[in-house]
Amino acid sequence: MDEVQVKVKPEMVTVYIMGQAYQVPAGLTILKALEYAGFRLVRGVGCRGGFCGACATVYRLPGDYRLYADLACQTTVKDGMYLAILPFTPAERRPYDIRKVKPTGETLLALYPELARCVACNTCTKSCPQRLEVMDAVQAALRGDVAKVAELTFDCLSCGLCTMRCPAEIPHYHVWQLARRLYGAYLAPKAEHLHRRVREIEEGKFKEELDRLTSLTEEELRELYKAREIEPE
Amino acid sequence: MSVYPDYMQESIRRVEETRPDRLGKNFPRLSLAEREELLRRYHPDYKPEGKRPLRVGASFGELVPHEVADLLEAYPLVDPGKTDLSQVDYDVDVLVIGGGGAGTVAAIWAHYAGIPTDRILIVTKLRHGDSNSIMAQGGIQAATKPHDSPAIHFLDAIGGGHFTNDPKLVRALVEDAPFIIKWHEELGVMYDKEEDGTMITIHGGGTSKKRMHSCKDYTGLEIMRVLRDEARNLGIPVLEFHPAVELLTDEFGQVAGAIVWNLETEEYKIVRAKATILATGGWGRLHIQGFPTTNHYGATADGLVLAYRVGAKLRDLDSVQYHPTGAAFPEQIVGLLITEKVRGLGAQPVNALGELFVHPLEPRDVESAAYIRECLPPEKDGRGLGVVTPTGMVGIWLDTPMVDMIHGKGTFQRALSSIYRMYIRFGIDPTKEPILVYPTLHYQNGGVVIDEHGWTGIPGLFAAGEVEGGVHGKNRLMGNSLLDYNVFGRRAGQAAAEWAKKARVGQLSLRHVERFVEELKRAGIPETRRAPLLLPDYRGKKTLARVVDLL
Repeated sequence: MDEVQVKVKPEMVTVYIMGQAYQVPAGLTILKALEYAGFRLVRGVGCRGGFCGACATVYRLPGDYRLYADLACQTTVKDGMYLAILPFTPAERRPYDIRKVKPTGETLLALYPELARCVACNTCTKSCPQRLEVMDAVQAALRGDVAKVAELTFDCLSCGLCTMRCPAEIPHYHVWQLARRLYGAYLAPKAEHLHRRVREIEEGKFKEELDRLTSLTEEELRELYKAREIEPE
Repeated sequence: MSVYPDYMQESIRRVEETRPDRLGKNFPRLSLAEREELLRRYHPDYKPEGKRPLRVGASFGELVPHEVADLLEAYPLVDPGKTDLSQVDYDVDVLVIGGGGAGTVAAIWAHYAGIPTDRILIVTKLRHGDSNSIMAQGGIQAATKPHDSPAIHFLDAIGGGHFTNDPKLVRALVEDAPFIIKWHEELGVMYDKEEDGTMITIHGGGTSKKRMHSCKDYTGLEIMRVLRDEARNLGIPVLEFHPAVELLTDEFGQVAGAIVWNLETEEYKIVRAKATILATGGWGRLHIQGFPTTNHYGATADGLVLAYRVGAKLRDLDSVQYHPTGAAFPEQIVGLLITEKVRGLGAQPVNALGELFVHPLEPRDVESAAYIRECLPPEKDGRGLGVVTPTGMVGIWLDTPMVDMIHGKGTFQRALSSIYRMYIRFGIDPTKEPILVYPTLHYQNGGVVIDEHGWTGIPGLFAAGEVEGGVHGKNRLMGNSLLDYNVFGRRAGQAAAEWAKKARVGQLSLRHVERFVEELKRAGIPETRRAPLLLPDYRGKKTLARVVDLL
């Protein structure tokens, strides 16, 4: 499985991984470029598919003053790019008891008073690989609009890039996690049918039927399976 | 400007031409006999050359993929004769190996069952939460609606598994399911709901009722991060970058902890535990039969290796789940998951000529087999109607623009934001152009044998999540893996807590490893391979597309 079959000779580009130059094929992601260059990654790698936020990366391009921030597994290398994958984001998380907190802006501010230090510079938004409106979420938190914070930050991967760049030193992704749980536990409407079903199960409504199903032969199960009524799409 | 080369755009035009006729229609579902015929001829599991019988251990003689046999028949990383077990670094009641969904749920419920948090330890290979659990997109099944029931969920799961599942485990799965969703709601998981609180549920492949609950297409991420946050609130200790490399046993034949390896300082640590829960996940990164995978970096089947050496039985490892829709283009994202929810929302699979050739929501193995049949050339019994990419991948079209045409503009971006974002990054707008897909290695259907409490039959050893087998038989349905890790993580956590309250641990030993090595030698297996694998190696040219021997 490990042999290589390169059908077309790839065009090569130069990337500077923590200052060292490596020639890698164009079209690779930054993550794969590191591996191609010989790195066996332990930090800075996780799901490899844009979900876990382990591969937060900062880079610059030649002749461009900006510091870019993105995920190594979701970004294609560019010629002359110089980059570093961040191994870790130091950011303090404040514990709380979800059963005891109130779903209000005061809760957010009590646990994360540094929210109030926001200077509205928008650096967080510019550094978000998910292109979220991060600063709008900070402002919503300051207004006490927990539902808005939850909505704006739902796609956050906790990669930590905004937190590393924030001049107000806000640990954004911990605040967002708190806000989303407050929303889910208190502000979102409850699913009545779910609660009814759990009660029915506790009362043993389905016990007999399940007892019977677990004792059937394969042939009997096949017949029941074939006879299922399929809910229209 | 499209990033698809001209010849692919030519095929896309055919897809667009047939689209108006396909809207509102669907390919008929196959009968059980037709399904079985399709699987036999086209599913990779049915290639006999892909597997071999195990030559050692409790499941001697059972067929498993070569890549798995290579690890199960490998020699240990630690030398049992030369390892000092006298210095115990961590002494706990419950050790949880694996910090994904199953492990986190198990630790939380071990605590709820009365184990103080400082007597629990999670050890994990990467960071807490880095796992396949966090990558799940589509949803979680539970019969929560009035017209549905746990019994119907039971039938769907057991039929999807070709009636090979352990009925006791399926029962536990479906009977606990609504409770799990309710627990999540209380913890603050943001499930997709109507304005009155009704859960929005859709079909998944092989479901007869719409019971797929989701959190946009970040369902796995949302559930995992809430569980992790709760474990942090409770103060459950976690050792990150510390994979287990061997279980420990004592003179009573119980599992009594593990040796863990600090990947950064490269030191061993000894963990003594009264109960041990394996929650190590699956095997995607073994790239069985050369397939690309949707799995996270650490999915290297370590738990199977550890469990096998203490004498645990394995089951259904001859069946590999290939998710029908892995990305096949562009090269940067080959193998990554395109959630079944895309088909659940109406996108149809069509061939190079724009023809619909299978119902979009057959069980995953059947759906995959149909895509493979479409792509194989006629001389290999296929139809030769796939689209070959410039780098030699092949695939069929998933007609994604249909989602917004059916459900209204903006639906795709809202309900499938992770997929939308991924394609936009690489220059394809899936609401305007179809995307190319091909089956990708997704899930370990089988695993360590357990009972309905997650007990492996080995005293002191429990298992939960993808590492265990029997829940899904030889084919898992979409939405039953997130459910599995919650149901069996909880059950294993509770059972391990009860065990730990009574257990007494004797002298720590690696005697079981010595015995296993003797068995390997007697079977004449050369000492060329070591396991667990811990991490795959993609350095150098292995980075580029490996030979994917698909055609």
